[in-house]
Amino acid sequence: MAAEGAGAMGDPVEETLALYRAMLLIRRFEEKTGQLYGMGLIGGFCHLYIGQEAVVTGLEACAHPGDHRVTSYRCHGHALAAGVSPEAVMSELLGRESGVNRGRGGSMHMFSPAHRFWGGHGIVGAQVPIGAGLALAEKHRGTNNIAFCYFGDGAADQGQVAETYAMARNWQLPVLFVIENNAQFAGAPVRGRAPALLERARAHGIPVQAVDGMDVRAVRAAGEDAVLHVRAGKGPYLLEVKTHRYRGHSMADPAKYRRAAETPRQREDRDPITSLRRQILAEDLASEDDLKAVDREIKEIVSAAAETARAAAEPDPATLSQHVYAEA
Amino acid sequence: MPTEILMPALSPTMEEGRLARWYVKEGDRVDAGDVIAEIETDKATLEFEAVAPGRLGPILVPEGAEAVKVNTPIAVLLSAAEDGTEIALPETPPAAPPPAPRPAARGARSGTLREPGWDADLPRGTLTVREALRDALAEEMRRDDDVVLIGEEVAEYQGAYKITQGLFDEFGARRVMDAPITEHAFTGIAVGAAFAGLRPVVEYMSFAFAMQAMDQIVNSAAKTHYMSGGAVTCPLVLRGPQGMGGRVGAQHAQCFASWFAQVPGLKVVAPFAASDAKGLLKAAIRDPNPVVFLESEALYGRAFEVPDLGEDHVVPLGRARVWREGTDVTIVSFGAGMAHALAAADTLAEEGLSAEVIDLRSLRPLDTGTVIESVKRTSRCVTVEDGWPVGAVGDHIAAEVMRGAFDWLDAPVLSVTGRDLPMPYAETLEQAALVTSGDVVAAARRVCNR
Repeated sequence: MAAEGAGAMGDPVEETLALYRAMLLIRRFEEKTGQLYGMGLIGGFCHLYIGQEAVVTGLEACAHPGDHRVTSYRCHGHALAAGVSPEAVMSELLGRESGVNRGRGGSMHMFSPAHRFWGGHGIVGAQVPIGAGLALAEKHRGTNNIAFCYFGDGAADQGQVAETYAMARNWQLPVLFVIENNAQFAGAPVRGRAPALLERARAHGIPVQAVDGMDVRAVRAAGEDAVLHVRAGKGPYLLEVKTHRYRGHSMADPAKYRRAAETPRQREDRDPITSLRRQILAEDLASEDDLKAVDREIKEIVSAAAETARAAAEPDPATLSQHVYAEA
Repeated sequence: MPTEILMPALSPTMEEGRLARWYVKEGDRVDAGDVIAEIETDKATLEFEAVAPGRLGPILVPEGAEAVKVNTPIAVLLSAAEDGTEIALPETPPAAPPPAPRPAARGARSGTLREPGWDADLPRGTLTVREALRDALAEEMRRDDDVVLIGEEVAEYQGAYKITQGLFDEFGARRVMDAPITEHAFTGIAVGAAFAGLRPVVEYMSFAFAMQAMDQIVNSAAKTHYMSGGAVTCPLVLRGPQGMGGRVGAQHAQCFASWFAQVPGLKVVAPFAASDAKGLLKAAIRDPNPVVFLESEALYGRAFEVPDLGEDHVVPLGRARVWREGTDVTIVSFGAGMAHALAAADTLAEEGLSAEVIDLRSLRPLDTGTVIESVKRTSRCVTVEDGWPVGAVGDHIAAEVMRGAFDWLDAPVLSVTGRDLPMPYAETLEQAALVTSGDVVAAARRVCNR
């Protein structure tokens, strides 16, 4: 289900290149999103995933067809990684009828049942019990599908998250909780706060593991272990993926709370995409020219998605009242 | 001095119960705290303890006695002073005391009502709302493996109000799931399961507790179909009792009808009659949308005379029921408010006023057409609900009637509602805060210029 079939392909070279492509697609897509937001083409709140690409990319490489995923409002990258087309996501951001949700959802609310992608939830933490519920449905049906349930370190403070840990553990639900710890909740860094993110889950009897979220191969390796546990029917598992968001919480957040030197240094040393690029070249998995070709191809995909979205029709106001209720 | 042991009340709304078992016999010595009897209601079974030491005198109500009213003397306890002597049991039980004061009868709980609208030739039995709800759940669970129950004490304890009686035994833990006291999360879990195709039925022990889950109900369940451009459906039923009175104080007594009815994407149902409780719950479970199903604790034990409903009895959501036809005034209500409406119609009939009584049954979608057609015949309208007056369902009905039948109206539409305050505890205050059939009669007289 992951973009370009990252993972489960068997060929380690192809797998690694697929991870590179998938991360680069999210990076270039989000950069374009930021541009279009600046041009006033995208409305409302808009939360970019730049810097965190390795998290969803590494974990989608562990997903099987039939697995579910659900996340927060910072969902563009998750939609792409689940396999929703860049055109459909960009069209949604621009509020077009051709958007993945016909322009009704927007940046924070994207859904694609065909990709078993269940949002895109604008209320911090709300997706956590929903993720457990997706897992409950699979357990009920006796499949070995699992649910990937992503949330941030900020959301982890929500009471419903603790409630969900308890129920997922008691009911042995096949859910993989993924805390994307970008070390900042909304506009404030977490310094001075004691998150104890792993301890909270462990207290509920949920096995946990922390992993470097700037290293996509490490994320995938940790994901494979976690998924094996969950898919085997052993109940929930929690990964704390330590990542780094380069931009502010949303486009409205100038991120002045960062230390000035922090972001450039992070980018230089630890950026998940340039790191993987270095590794690919060092391991001779592909040539510089090969990677440049990938870069060009991704750029073209994103440009084409933006152009398609800009040219697409906006919803007809006559359709305003559609979809309030599902027909029996 | 012998003291009488009285039939205890096990809950705020218990009126009678079964004396299931005596653990002691006449002449036995008991200590304070000793379990002496087991009492059963349709909701619960509880052991009953002696409050003072002594010897048990005559047992006045035998084991197995049904429908023993609360406060009826069930035995006599001989005091410690009489201890040590051979107890001479009195030849005759002491004279029955005057009947204990009872709370003013709330219409919702008294008497068996014959439901209108059924073929007069069909043989009828009685069905309580509790049985109707349980039958609906059981039938839909047999019909569709995707229907699952989630709630506090719904499984082994058979439901706090015994709505889920027998379902755990029949369907097991895979289908009937006891949740911890986590309304926020178990509602969210039900939403996620519904996205993925299950048809969860969530029971709130009280709808007051659903406030913990309001975000999941409104933001996740109600809005997602729209937000997803029709891609995601959320076939979910959120059910449980709400109600006024019962001396439970402010936090457990509130009508949530108008709150939920305001939310596009939700359907909202509040049945009164047993056949509607069954048919609407079956329809709610089959509906592809989230349905808030508001029950009334006061109605659970109420019996209705109905024909055998069978498994095909499904009542479509969004259609009102004309309970009683009339010509002078239209009284519109739903849920427990219907009891006040019907009692008022009886009183008005004695005064020569003919009231048409409409049970909305569903609040969203709302069957305004049936109300407006009725008002075009009666030219007068009174609405009745237990909830608060600001933003009341009745005020919305009044606006719809004004828009749809302005030229037919001979008087302003009056809304009878609960008082605009948190429910008080003290009995005198509570009685003053509750809607009564008298309030409805007074409003009907006013619009009829009587």
